[in-house]
Amino acid sequence: MTGLQDRLTPEQIEEFGRELDALRQRVVDDLGEADVEYIRTIIKTQRGLEVAGRGLLFAGFLPPAWVAGVAALSLAKILDNMEIGHNVMHGQYDWTRIPELSSQRFEWDNVAPAENWRHSHNYLHHTFTNILDKDRDIGYGILRMDAAQKWHPYYLGNPVYATLLALLFQWGVMLHDLEIERVFKGERTWAENVPVLRKIMRKAARQIGKDYVLFPLLTGPLAPLTLVGNASANLVRNLWAFSIIFCGHFPADVESFTQEETDEESRGQWYLRQILGSANITGGPLFHILSGNLSHQIEHHLFPDIPARRYPQIAAEVREICERYGLPYNTGPLRKQLWSVAKKIVKLALPGTPSGGPEVTVDPDRQLRAA
Amino acid sequence: MTALLQQRLRGLASLAEALLTPHGADRYLELLDPMLVRREIRGRVVAVRHQTPDTVTFTVRPSRAWRGFEAGQYVRLTAEIDGVRRTRCYSPCGPGSGDLEFTVKADPHGLVSRHLHATTRVGTVFGLSAADGEFTLPSPRPERIVLVSGGSGITPVLAMARRLVVEGHRGEVVFLHYANSADDVLYRTELAALAERHRGFRVVHAHTHGRGGDLSGFFSKQHLAHAAPWFRDAETFVCGPKPLMDSVRELFEAEGLGERLHTEEFTAPPLNFDTEAAEGTVRFARSGRECANSGKPLLEQAEDAGLSPEHGCRMGICFSCTQVKTAGRVRNARTGEVSGEEDEEIQLCISVPVGDVEINA
Ligand code: FES
Repeated sequence: MTGLQDRLTPEQIEEFGRELDALRQRVVDDLGEADVEYIRTIIKTQRGLEVAGRGLLFAGFLPPAWVAGVAALSLAKILDNMEIGHNVMHGQYDWTRIPELSSQRFEWDNVAPAENWRHSHNYLHHTFTNILDKDRDIGYGILRMDAAQKWHPYYLGNPVYATLLALLFQWGVMLHDLEIERVFKGERTWAENVPVLRKIMRKAARQIGKDYVLFPLLTGPLAPLTLVGNASANLVRNLWAFSIIFCGHFPADVESFTQEETDEESRGQWYLRQILGSANITGGPLFHILSGNLSHQIEHHLFPDIPARRYPQIAAEVREICERYGLPYNTGPLRKQLWSVAKKIVKLALPGTPSGGPEVTVDPDRQLRAA
Repeated sequence: MTALLQQRLRGLASLAEALLTPHGADRYLELLDPMLVRREIRGRVVAVRHQTPDTVTFTVRPSRAWRGFEAGQYVRLTAEIDGVRRTRCYSPCGPGSGDLEFTVKADPHGLVSRHLHATTRVGTVFGLSAADGEFTLPSPRPERIVLVSGGSGITPVLAMARRLVVEGHRGEVVFLHYANSADDVLYRTELAALAERHRGFRVVHAHTHGRGGDLSGFFSKQHLAHAAPWFRDAETFVCGPKPLMDSVRELFEAEGLGERLHTEEFTAPPLNFDTEAAEGTVRFARSGRECANSGKPLLEQAEDAGLSPEHGCRMGICFSCTQVKTAGRVRNARTGEVSGEEDEEIQLCISVPVGDVEINA
């Protein structure tokens, strides 16, 4: 049986790893003021949008003001979570030693506490990307996202669960940290969850307090309008974040791996798995910013800790490297990737392995394509 | 009335914090003006002068969270250089309230000091810490006091001298200052003015490489006896380059006066690590990383493991690298002390693991 290890010859994989290491080093050596300036501009924009959005909702009795307020607030939340929060918490700006940009200290406008997320996302997901039973992002324990996941009648609800997850995405991310399914399997005790739970409740209380109690109350008679406005902004952000994130790992052709395949992985093999397990989304500069540059999911998975504004700059080179080694570089416009994800969610609701489709990602007979 | 007002204001401030969660009010205020922050301390430069070609002296007006300092203490000053925030300790020599005055000598190999020398302008904003340090005048004040300084080490002792003059200290104070040559003397006019205002205050200029001072050459017992023949009855405070500090310390030890000598140093003695006999594993709990103990300080081990914990001086002075050790024992590389308390705060840069250790980083 051929697997991940056999994609490239040992010499090739070593050279491939070296090339990527060198690329990374070049970027790291070049980091400086421009990167800090960039993120500060984004932060300023985000804070400006937030203040404007909150302010406009005070005039929410005028429909255009309400709509504009919700739009500004949605954008603020999207920027906060994606281009700022996600990236800062990855440690992309730790080298600046600026406390506000420190991965250890940053807290985002989201009910999932930063500290829990850093563990489940930065560590678990980014280390074990797309390894079945290890990367808990594969299905978040609720969905069937890979044909190699055993079917169960429960999965008939796949599309329903996915829709709910999209609508309530931030709550999904929050609960994700509890690793409930591992508790049921006995791999994790309830006691271990107590501190996580405590953090979750504290954070969620603050977020709810501000969006659904304090700000509405402050607008007096407009309270219901403000509340709905804030809820809408949270919803917009949820849908957006869900779309971007699902397009990053679950379109057709993205591969998953078994634990055995990835035992004793070398640096080059790790890079290889990141590339095979991620997908990009094409679009303009504004789209990339709003997606937190996760539209460059491949580059992000190769180098999760370099500032995201660098991903577009190195994308062409990464793609060229992939081509040279005969590796896929999965990319496409948002609608194509979304459609592909949706199809997968529906197909995998049904038993068995969808036939003929490229959705079979754990390919038992991988060929030595580039050897 | 004012108490009520204050209460109201505090109430408003905490409401604002709740509304601006999770980022907090400062993250919005600083976008309007970096000096508006409430929790952190910042300082804006209001005056700059160059007393000598290789030094810069600047006055900083601190933001509202500043609580003042005692003469002799230091603050951690933070500047951003090519996107990276760098922190160093400097002793201000202002009168103790209001503005702070710093004098920094550009060290040819010093990243921060060279940057401060080259770029500090009126309007520059720095990050500041609260004042810290044990190098202060005891109270009640000693009758007789000897202040010894070398080069830009003058600032903490000058702060002490100014303080004593302001307080109308009645005893004798001798200020023995070392500079390379007459051209390198910092604060010459200030020192002269202090001596003028205070009867018991005497300034002695020593030049190590030039003539024209009251004394010449390096610090010696003769120098001290000349400047302050009564030094055995005095409390002595010294700050300056390492060789100066060392020779003062040696002399006082030899005289059995170690107790009466107070020193301030920003350069820690070199640390020795035994990287051969290291054993055990280091676990960084928050990030889930683990590595074999290399015997180096935890800060370096964390960095080798791909983490970048916050730090400043890397020699145990600034405490920016403090983290909670959740399990295991560490040795303090400066004192050699081994401690195994649970959930204890340790400085990563000077703590070496003894066997298995877990850090909450
Ligand atoms: S870095 Fe300054 S005390 Fe450790």
